[in-house]
Amino acid sequence: MLRFFLRRLAVMVVTAFTLSLIVFFITNMYPNLEKSAKYDGNFRMGDDAVLSYLTNRGYLQPFYIKYGQWLGVLPGYVIKGSDEKTRRRCQVLGMTVEDTPKYCGIIQGNWGYSTMFKEQVGPIVVTRLGLTGKLMLYVMMLMIPASLVLGILAGMREGSKTDRGLSTFAITTTATPEYVSSIIFIAVFASSAVGLKWVKGTATGAMEDATIDNFLLPVLTIALYGMGYIARMTRASMAEVMTSQYIRTARLKGIIFYRIVIKHALRNALIAPFTVIMLQFPWLLNGVVIVETIFNYKGIGWVLVQAAGNNDIEMLLAVSVISVFVVLVTQLISDIGYVYLNPRIKVT
Amino acid sequence: MQSLTWIEIIGGISFQLLPVWIALILTFGFSNYYKRRLGLYGKLFDSTIGMIGFAIVMFWVFSGIFAGIFDWIITHDPLHQVSGMKNKLPGTPMRGAEEGEYPYYLFGGDHLARDVFSRMIAGGTVVILIAPLATLFAFMVGITLGLPAGYYGKRLDTNLSFLANLILAFPVILLFYLLVTPEIRATGLPQYLTVVLFAFPLIFIAVLINSRFQTTPTARNIYLTLALFIVGWTYISVINQPESKITLFNSIDLFDIDGGLLTVFVAVVFVNSPTVFRIVRGLTMDIKTRDYVAAAQTRGEGAWYIMLWEILPNARGPLIVDFCLRIGYTTILLGTLGFFGLGLEPESPNWGATINGGRKLLSIHPTPAIVPSVALVSLVLGLNLLADGLREESLRD
Repeated sequence: MLRFFLRRLAVMVVTAFTLSLIVFFITNMYPNLEKSAKYDGNFRMGDDAVLSYLTNRGYLQPFYIKYGQWLGVLPGYVIKGSDEKTRRRCQVLGMTVEDTPKYCGIIQGNWGYSTMFKEQVGPIVVTRLGLTGKLMLYVMMLMIPASLVLGILAGMREGSKTDRGLSTFAITTTATPEYVSSIIFIAVFASSAVGLKWVKGTATGAMEDATIDNFLLPVLTIALYGMGYIARMTRASMAEVMTSQYIRTARLKGIIFYRIVIKHALRNALIAPFTVIMLQFPWLLNGVVIVETIFNYKGIGWVLVQAAGNNDIEMLLAVSVISVFVVLVTQLISDIGYVYLNPRIKVT
Repeated sequence: MQSLTWIEIIGGISFQLLPVWIALILTFGFSNYYKRRLGLYGKLFDSTIGMIGFAIVMFWVFSGIFAGIFDWIITHDPLHQVSGMKNKLPGTPMRGAEEGEYPYYLFGGDHLARDVFSRMIAGGTVVILIAPLATLFAFMVGITLGLPAGYYGKRLDTNLSFLANLILAFPVILLFYLLVTPEIRATGLPQYLTVVLFAFPLIFIAVLINSRFQTTPTARNIYLTLALFIVGWTYISVINQPESKITLFNSIDLFDIDGGLLTVFVAVVFVNSPTVFRIVRGLTMDIKTRDYVAAAQTRGEGAWYIMLWEILPNARGPLIVDFCLRIGYTTILLGTLGFFGLGLEPESPNWGATINGGRKLLSIHPTPAIVPSVALVSLVLGLNLLADGLREESLRD
């Protein structure tokens, strides 16, 4: 078990390392650097101004040196610029030259400086991640019970009218991407044109205090897209369990149908959906980005879109490393949980 | 002139779509009549769900083709702005309509005074053009890499799986933002990616022919030269663009593809192929333990012959089903790209961009956003239902 765990951890670190290298490489290509320079300086900068801006801030050092500085294995740059001002990578606002540490990379816990938010990356990411976490929590609270109930009801009696109806509903939700369902929800439930002004079409207020009024639509949108898939998996696994021998025995013994479903079938039917729920996380991340943009909820997905639009290099790196870890950790949990739920399988 | 009522709007649209209805009726009539001779496709007509899905999909295919090639169905130029038609309700008469012009905006006008109905149909053309082809390419990449990974296993499998997981661990939207921006296009990165990804169909076809006709070298040489010539030339024409990073073959370049379109295409193939790879790899690992594979190995067949002509045909059921589902997923991805304004021209009538454009006035004037949304969902739903019908029918025998 420990060996398995350690090996997975090693793979995780290698994957995150490789991905950060790729993101670092792409965001540091010259046209992209030009974009961030123009965003940070001003949009009418000439080629010379861009060049001196980039040189002064250490962007034009060789690739591996920049990456080493970001990681924290090489000392941060100290550059005396063309404007006679000395800039240090590790000198955060309000720090004296003597206080400035030599190394400041992610190994030292320093995630760098966001050119877009004009702040340190670390604190921004923590607050935004908290907001997204809140959104995800509500999504999970709605999505998991709803999809499991849906799947169990459909799979309980395969081929029945309930099954057909619920399966069609599940297919429809998987066919409706978030940017479509949110548009339809807003048009129906929040627009003044149709008249059903039940809830708000924006979730900006939900960042401080979430109510049904401002949080229902974003949560519903993400939950609905993920729900169909989990419900279908649950249905398939439930239908399979219901055909097995021990269920038939139980029925022949004359136990009431609902007791059989709850006591005998449920536990075995829930093994497959558990792994699927965990593997849904990377998909949900996507939905989060879209929904946060549409409903103007400023979580990590919103930050990702803003940072990518302005080539905020260190912000993008932080966000991608985080999302990779989320994806890989959920995969690990899904694997381990599978073993615990299903005693027939052993970790190798 | 008076505005149209809802019944008149529906009537007008049904009349505009007349060629599509005729084509659909012909397709269904012929297929249903000959369904016993048409294999899996014919069996589709035994399942209601499959038939509904197929009808919806073919509706969009026909309307996309007719609008794209013959310019039928569309009532106005999807890019043309008519003054006075901004944010008009469905069925509004067109101001200053000339002789021969369609006198109404059937689904109203959008925020730039363009016809919503025409943009919906034109958006369908974009999807029908890109999604199936991109999915096919993703399948060729996935199959060419997944078969050897599953068949040989060991080192090769470990390395390729690591690569696939690497791409899968990326959030799709971040990947799009990294690959599909004008700045990145200036660096030539998508073009190099094109060179790599589009080489796989070339390799796939070459290996396919070579393994089949290996025992008759003359036939093989003829077929191989012919195929490589045609596909190779197309490949060179696609990767070569004047005034870009790859201009080596300007003299024999046959056609040029719009850079934005190509970038979108490559990004979608790139995102889809790791998943296809995983599916093919899994299927191969399962099928290679069968007796007929052992028999082929005993006969002394080559590894690629076994992979392509023994294993692949036996994996076709799940692959066809996944192909349908994946076209739907690709449609969603294309919508996502359009929604974030990546890749295609901002005024292009693709559904994602149109939805995003209509989003700002959603609470006052919902039609421009709702119409493409419903169109997109119907196509994806049709593909999912079709996949479901195919799965049911292929499991039956």
